[in-house]
Amino acid sequence: MKKIFENDGLKKLILLILIFGIVQLLITTGIISPYLQETLVTLCINIILAVSLNLITGFTGQLSLGHAGFMSIGAYTCALITLNMPTTTGFILGVLAGAVTAALFGFLVGLPTLRLKGDYLAIATLGMAEIIKVIFINLDSITNGAAGLNNIPQFVTWPWMFLFTAGTILIITNLLNSSHGRACISIREDEIASEAMGINTTKYKVAAFTIGAFFAGIAGALYASNFYFIEPNQFGFLKSIDVLVIVVFGGMGSISGSVIAATALAVISTLLQSFSEVRMILYAVLLVIIMIFRPQGLMGSKELSLSVLGRLGNSDSKKGRV
Amino acid sequence: MQILKVNKLTKSFGGLTAVSNVNMELNQGELVGLIGPNGAGKTTVFNLLTGIYVPTSGTITLFKDGKEKKLNGLPPYTICQSGLARTFQNIRLFKDLTVLDNVRIAMHSNVKYGLFSSFLQLPSCKKEEKELIEKSMELLKIFHLEHKKDELAKNLPYGEQRHLEIIRALATDPVLLLLDEPAAGMNPAETAQLTESISWIREKYNLTILLIEHDMSLVMKICERIYVLDYGMVIAHGTPDEIKNNKRVIEAYLGEDMSNA
Repeated sequence: MKKIFENDGLKKLILLILIFGIVQLLITTGIISPYLQETLVTLCINIILAVSLNLITGFTGQLSLGHAGFMSIGAYTCALITLNMPTTTGFILGVLAGAVTAALFGFLVGLPTLRLKGDYLAIATLGMAEIIKVIFINLDSITNGAAGLNNIPQFVTWPWMFLFTAGTILIITNLLNSSHGRACISIREDEIASEAMGINTTKYKVAAFTIGAFFAGIAGALYASNFYFIEPNQFGFLKSIDVLVIVVFGGMGSISGSVIAATALAVISTLLQSFSEVRMILYAVLLVIIMIFRPQGLMGSKELSLSVLGRLGNSDSKKGRV
Repeated sequence: MQILKVNKLTKSFGGLTAVSNVNMELNQGELVGLIGPNGAGKTTVFNLLTGIYVPTSGTITLFKDGKEKKLNGLPPYTICQSGLARTFQNIRLFKDLTVLDNVRIAMHSNVKYGLFSSFLQLPSCKKEEKELIEKSMELLKIFHLEHKKDELAKNLPYGEQRHLEIIRALATDPVLLLLDEPAAGMNPAETAQLTESISWIREKYNLTILLIEHDMSLVMKICERIYVLDYGMVIAHGTPDEIKNNKRVIEAYLGEDMSNA
């Protein structure tokens, strides 16, 4: 029995099954209402977006303001495929095609723009997302222009949502715990030293950008497949900022931070539902207060690891640990 | 046997020629010093050798395994992968990462498993990661840093940060090691210890070492040959004894009037 708890992979699996099971139970028993289910879907999409943006911005250190652009590519690709092929196969195909198209676009955009640094890169990625939006608005014959696509078949259910969210988190965490991930992180730490230590920094910046875009594409595809309707303006600058807020709020360079932040913001936003008039003001004030007291984000660059979870019941670990 | 040949290396920044017509030859296994007054262009030479600057003219040739390879114009990571590793004058560790991560990152270019293997943490990835840790720990033992593997690099004392930079450079598996002021900021006892470590590292890893240093006790003690740079030009080269008595070197360091006096 003791051996089971020493195996990290198994612990992860048990935790995942537990989360999935509990939520599934709450949905079937009706404790999670259809309204809350919608929030849950938004939450999962936000987690995927934030974790993938964290790979680009928090870990590789490349400030990107165009994440919604990649999301929209995933959304439109998946929507167009499922509209023509309204089956589960079509849905899976749509999600994959959306992710691959977004990744391809990320690769093509990343090659020239990742030579830029800091604010210049931010402006370039911002421009890129706007260009994508304008293309979708003007590509009337395919995307139905500014009116958007309607009646997209809905396939997203909790099991699908969970599969893609957990998959994203696992794959990106695995990557970051490998030599390739460390190569990305070294770029954030000191690009010159990184290159002098034999790391092809351009390659890893483009790789992080492409992988980030891939998962943003998945998030977009799930979005389209859940909300029946998409239009270009849903994927504007504000959406990119929303995702960046989650990343900064959770901590640049912390995957668990992104997950916690996305969840916290979803909870806050749901709780504030009853104060509809002042909701956005309260939301902003809360953000400002949190950033004043924890400028490094909720988690900083620390991760909530399973060994910490295991020790939670232990009184030693409660003292002075975050 | 020759390992590096630098021919007429020149670098100008606009109107300023920081390094002009530098010729240099390093033989396998040698320990060579590069000295000169402040602003003489020593670090610029290092930056040219490691690809951080692109030379305005001149060639840099590396001889490795019987093959010659032109290094001028190549990006820094390719030069590093060809076998040139360096430390920095103003320490450039990955400050917010652990000591172990600093070393493991430098081993990255020799890692064989691909991105997909890392996505799924396939056995090939896990096995190699384990080897990386073992190799890193081996290197950390050189300067007795193995018990500090989980500390953040920025929390190490200054002397240990310098040591970690050398270890990180060794982790790239170089044939030629460039040390930029390894003893800067160290006290005499630490410098003496470092002097020994450098000689030991050279023997153990079969390296050629080129080092920039202002601490003459270190340079005169361990360098077999010395190049002296002033205003971007090599004004003298030879054994430590020859350099000590070279009139132009004394002039460069003390000024013309002093040597006449």
